[in-house]
Amino acid sequence: MTAQAIEFVYIVAAVLFIVGLKMLGRADTARRGNFVSAVGMLLAIVATLYAGGLSFRWIAIGTIAGSLVGAVAAYAVKMTAMPEMVGLFNGFGGLASLLVGWAEYHKWVLLGQAPERPVFTAVAIFLTVLIGAVTFSGSMVAFLKLAEWIGGKPFLFRGQQIVNGALSLALLAGGALFALRPETGYSLLLPVVAGALALGVMSVIPIGGADMPVVISLLNSYSGLAACAAGFVISNTLLIVAGALVGASGIILTRIMCKAMNRSLANVLFSGFGSGAGGGGAAAGYQGEAKAVSAEDAYFLLEAARSVVFVPGYGMAVAQAQHAVRELGQLLEANGAEVRYCIHPVAGRMPGHMNVLLAEANVPYEQLVEPGDVNPTIETVDVAMVIGANDVVNPAAREDPKSPLYGMPTIEVDRARTCIVLKRSLNPGFAGVDNPLFFKENTRMLFGDAKQTVSALVAEFKE
Amino acid sequence: MGLLFFVFALAVFLGFELISKVPSQLHTPLMSGSNAISGITIVGALIVAGRTENKTALVILGALAVAFAMINVVGGYLVTDRMLAMFKSGKPGARK
Repeated sequence: MTAQAIEFVYIVAAVLFIVGLKMLGRADTARRGNFVSAVGMLLAIVATLYAGGLSFRWIAIGTIAGSLVGAVAAYAVKMTAMPEMVGLFNGFGGLASLLVGWAEYHKWVLLGQAPERPVFTAVAIFLTVLIGAVTFSGSMVAFLKLAEWIGGKPFLFRGQQIVNGALSLALLAGGALFALRPETGYSLLLPVVAGALALGVMSVIPIGGADMPVVISLLNSYSGLAACAAGFVISNTLLIVAGALVGASGIILTRIMCKAMNRSLANVLFSGFGSGAGGGGAAAGYQGEAKAVSAEDAYFLLEAARSVVFVPGYGMAVAQAQHAVRELGQLLEANGAEVRYCIHPVAGRMPGHMNVLLAEANVPYEQLVEPGDVNPTIETVDVAMVIGANDVVNPAAREDPKSPLYGMPTIEVDRARTCIVLKRSLNPGFAGVDNPLFFKENTRMLFGDAKQTVSALVAEFKE
Repeated sequence: MGLLFFVFALAVFLGFELISKVPSQLHTPLMSGSNAISGITIVGALIVAGRTENKTALVILGALAVAFAMINVVGGYLVTDRMLAMFKSGKPGARK
């Protein structure tokens, strides 16, 4: 294939990525959009292979191994494990970019093939290696936290920000050296790789589980930027365009997540929210009596309800209760109630986590609504049923200026006629903030495992 | 070189415009779908792995890069498709 033909195919691929992303943004076209973008990727790969002058042996080995692992992982993963799987794939993308940058550097310095613009290429290689390594190690830590192989709590120590600051400065200095004396070789590259890997770890360990949606979408943005930087290294416009698209869309998603929590990105990244330091504060120790009810009492409330809103949270994912919840929702509908599922943007461990689980349980997406759809008319809701959600329904976010959650948009379930909270205990949520909702006049606590409790309610209905 | 920056700036702008209004139910598929696109680094990996100079270090780096990028690409697209296949409308005939 001639260089022009390849360029042309690359343009087609870039257009397919753009159209695919656009279609991914609408429910009725999303699946086709993903397919369109996959076709773009296939075209890009085929055109590259036809560029000529490539030996296929190692390409074939890498392609077959990677495709097998990717396909098996994609089909084997449980829907509840989706956040960590996305994090893992993302990390591998960052690692691939890191390796591309490394290989280009090796070719340059050890094989003596200097590029046309040494300073420009040196800076691009540095950025590729830096962002790729941060993406990789950061995603691995996020994966370990989400898969609960290591604790999900924020990990903080004295002087952490100083250490991180010093590390960042050292990396910048390394970058400057790279630009000035790119031929230094591995004595410069390896410390930069090691430092960047350490920075990725250090950036993600202080972030708690409840802030994971922000981190996952930010790391997604990074992996795009790493590919983009690799594009500058090898002067490939397709890498630049596709990488920049992903980088930009990841940043937008990150901003949406931050807005949904009414916090700045800096606050999420550096504050170690929920570490206990100042987490409780004046908001701690709401007193009052929580009114516990039995499944039978809850059944009578639901049986009489004309309008029911489910508010799922991470607890539903942990208990794998989504199918039972769907069954209860169907029974309520058959009983004449209007049933909706209100999903807070940051409920769960990744953006849209609850939507995926409820979709798995065959809840039609018209029944999935956002807080803005429910809050204005929530007084007319007979029963708001909170399933394993906590911080996103905390009234302190509206009422208590001293609460760390103050100002965060929530689902105002305490204003519904009755609110049933399914929970294992009265313990505060992931952020470690007490929830006055449990002690409100119209709140009923239904203690127990979410799946068993919902199944018990389903059984009551079927009797 | 100037052209590369020009393309970069336009693509960033386009990315912002494309994603700014997406319903929250699509956040996960959007994220994992765009994550698959970031596997475009496969193109760079293929070029590195296929160089005929046949220097061992380069070949190893390249083959590893191809493998990891392929995990990202194949896994990313398949997992997104699996998720989207579950998103169903309650309206009869609203989706295939």
